[in-house]
Amino acid sequence: MPLQQSFFARKFGLTERDLESYLSEAMSRGGDYADLFFEYLATSSIGIDEQIVKSATQGVSLGVGIRVISGERTGYGYSDDLSPDKIRKAAQVAACIAGGPAKVERTGFTDAARRSLYPSVPSPLETDLAQRVDLVRRADAAARGYDPRVFQVQASFVDSVRHVLVATSDGRLSFDTQPMARMSVSALAKEDGGTPEQGYSGGGGRHTIDYFLNEKTPEYFAIEAARQAIVQLGAAQAPAGEMTVVLGPGWPGILLHEAVGHGLEADFNRKGVSAFSNRVGEQVASPLCTVVDDGTIGNRRGSLNVDDEGHMTQRNVLIENGILRGYLQDTLSSRLLHSEPTGNGRRESYQHIPMPRMTNTYMLAGESDPGDIVRSVSKGLYCTTFGGGQVDITSGNFVFSATECYLIEDGKLGRPVRGATLIGNGPEALKYVSMVGNDLKLDEGIGVCGKEGQSVPVGVGIPTIRVDRMTVGGTQR
Amino acid sequence: MTAPLADIRVSLETLAISIVEKALRHGATAAECTISEGAEFSAGVRMGEIEKLTEAGSRGAGVRVLIGLRAGSSYTSDLSPDGIAQMVQAAVALAKITSEDPFNGLPDPGDLGKIDTDLGLFSDDIERLDPKWKIEQAIVAERSALAADPRISNSEGASFDSYLGRRAFANSHGFSGSYRSSSCSLSVVPVAKSGDSMERDWWYTSARSAARLEPAEQVGRIAAERALRRLNPRKVATQSASVVFEPRTARSLVSHIFEAVSGSSVYRQASFLAGRLGETVAAPGVTVIDDGAMPGLFGSSPFDDEGVISRRTDVIHAGVLNSYLLNTYTARKLNLRTTGNASRGITGNAGVGHGNLFLQAGPVSPRDLIRSVEKGIYVTEMIGSGVSAVTGDYSRGAVGIWIENGELTFPVSEITIAGNLRDMLRRIEVADDLEFRGSVASPTILIREMTLSGK
Repeated sequence: MPLQQSFFARKFGLTERDLESYLSEAMSRGGDYADLFFEYLATSSIGIDEQIVKSATQGVSLGVGIRVISGERTGYGYSDDLSPDKIRKAAQVAACIAGGPAKVERTGFTDAARRSLYPSVPSPLETDLAQRVDLVRRADAAARGYDPRVFQVQASFVDSVRHVLVATSDGRLSFDTQPMARMSVSALAKEDGGTPEQGYSGGGGRHTIDYFLNEKTPEYFAIEAARQAIVQLGAAQAPAGEMTVVLGPGWPGILLHEAVGHGLEADFNRKGVSAFSNRVGEQVASPLCTVVDDGTIGNRRGSLNVDDEGHMTQRNVLIENGILRGYLQDTLSSRLLHSEPTGNGRRESYQHIPMPRMTNTYMLAGESDPGDIVRSVSKGLYCTTFGGGQVDITSGNFVFSATECYLIEDGKLGRPVRGATLIGNGPEALKYVSMVGNDLKLDEGIGVCGKEGQSVPVGVGIPTIRVDRMTVGGTQR
Repeated sequence: MTAPLADIRVSLETLAISIVEKALRHGATAAECTISEGAEFSAGVRMGEIEKLTEAGSRGAGVRVLIGLRAGSSYTSDLSPDGIAQMVQAAVALAKITSEDPFNGLPDPGDLGKIDTDLGLFSDDIERLDPKWKIEQAIVAERSALAADPRISNSEGASFDSYLGRRAFANSHGFSGSYRSSSCSLSVVPVAKSGDSMERDWWYTSARSAARLEPAEQVGRIAAERALRRLNPRKVATQSASVVFEPRTARSLVSHIFEAVSGSSVYRQASFLAGRLGETVAAPGVTVIDDGAMPGLFGSSPFDDEGVISRRTDVIHAGVLNSYLLNTYTARKLNLRTTGNASRGITGNAGVGHGNLFLQAGPVSPRDLIRSVEKGIYVTEMIGSGVSAVTGDYSRGAVGIWIENGELTFPVSEITIAGNLRDMLRRIEVADDLEFRGSVASPTILIREMTLSGK
């Protein structure tokens, strides 16, 4: 599609000639490559707390980031003002990284192939807010209605539309409009005279508001948050020590994100600072494990038509039957490693330099019946819901924090236990996967991944799996 | 842009005042506006070469309006007249769809005010720094780390960052104010390798003035020592043991206390310290203070983000919970008075933040604290977020050095430490090495009998 159809051409009158002129300013002192990243993000947020719609916020952020690559060096400038002189000034700042004669740039752009993984959505600034208010009110009512012990509910609905345009010195031009919507519900419950417990649920993706009216309703998320808070009321102390752990399907896929995903980002591996560096072709997981990162799944939170460097996203196999197959690449790393970009160049905003990042990371389904997996464990822990996780990519040690767990005794689920952090080592942990369920599920769409101060939305997924050995950080010995 | 800085200051504050007036004209009964502006410089080097260089400025404005007891807010990075008009109209429209909340409103006029002495938040030496000097600092820090030991053969890099900011605030009670701030920091992440073991650690220095940064060589040397002492770690057995938190990790416990005394957690009863004012919640040696008025520090400001004067608040005094940290809204919810702890970016409503929040130094040296431990871990880094302010449940991944009969011995990793903050606070023993490296600070602390989970 030609530039004229892009948001930035329509709203700001951006022309191909402008793009060429900014790029040649960026390459005015040489350099191997330059790109422009235009971004316009409109966000709306509605929140209910104590049955009162307390907050309603809308806003816009827009700007352009300009990058010049010279060897391993990156120069970067950005501007939140799209007037030509300000953009040129940012280009001059980025240009300083190179120190040679100007590069004569080719003229004209090749339009990237187009596809549509998500619906077109009106700007949150131009749509009816009453409908969103109704969503958070429904969530509040459903969580309170679930059980009289629920005494506090907070719910929010946040949606945004992000317009991006990437133009590169090697003549690629791409643009995209990326919707995102997310509902979050948090509930507190307590027994008479007891102490409160918390439950949390949420989800969404690159959907229109209809998704929350017809598929995953406010009641769906609210009941789940309330249910988790109530389960915690009866929870015993979590166990401590190494044991067999069964992970339920869906969000527990955060294991993959922390244990292997970050360690396979090409920047760390190019620099030799990852526990997975130089290990392509080695066995890093049990043969039952095949892990992919796939940015092309329709409507998913981690999906993108094009990444933030203008490359088409794709399905990348990271681990195949336990063997490490490849890394997640961005433009810089793929240039330096003489490999192809994998569509994983992402950035939080125009103020940020892109890096290799995950999209939707999940393990393919196996053949075991989930019930059989639980029945196979004589003593262990079954974890179905998690909070966050973190990894030290150099040592490979990672944690992820379970928030809903049950003891397994003689193949049966026992009583719930309190939250606990699980810890393991990336290149080792998945070698202990001894059963993989046939019930692959992707998460509800709540993931935010942080790296070097930049947050991007991601997805995870996993079938039920049995891990024979993992350290559980509870208090009960 | 050749206007003298003083004029820019006036114009940002004047712009904030004019946005408040515009909101009133559009039907708001009260309004407040925050504008922030900043210039960032960031240089990253790796293995002696420049890797990344970023330089840019940005700004944004946010407005919060009230129509009676209903509130709405909006923000924009587009400060053109059109951008501002759209922002104000959006906030007014949003205030019509929210609910009436009897606790909504601007601060009481009597609480508004600003510290008028110089808090030392801005140092013009940062403005004058030569980019080449900044890059050189990062190169020297990394070189010093790489030279420390042959086992330091790789690096994730070093960076020098500086930031110059300005913030202006105005509300319809007639309060307005603005201040500049500056900061710079130098950090380095060396990687140590020995056989199959590879470990990284980091060290940094940061200050509001370049003159107060620690020497780059020293930053590199400390980072290298930290990475080296982690090599070839062992995983210890699951057991009950003492935990000594060095200042860098002890700070996180002060942050957990903050979450539990923050008015927004307290009024929802989402805190294990809710309803406990006046009660003993910690060991007698525990005094936690929040002070937003300490010159030169990162947590200081002349007024909070609602225009309330910054101050010192004793949060926990000798183990007794003395005060929560409150903004106007949470204070009204709890029938208390704001403590000047409103905090916000440019979007949304003000939340609760802290000034310089610290655990006051105790009587013993860190060395004596470690000597008193028969067996335990000296924690130098933690990962994960398994802490609940609601229940106090605490479970985090830890890295450190094993303590045996009062001596530091071998490195430990891939373990967790767990307990409950209610009990942990009652057993804190505090050392005397308090140092401010950021807006949250703690001396070394010891907590006996936590659960270590390992092999």
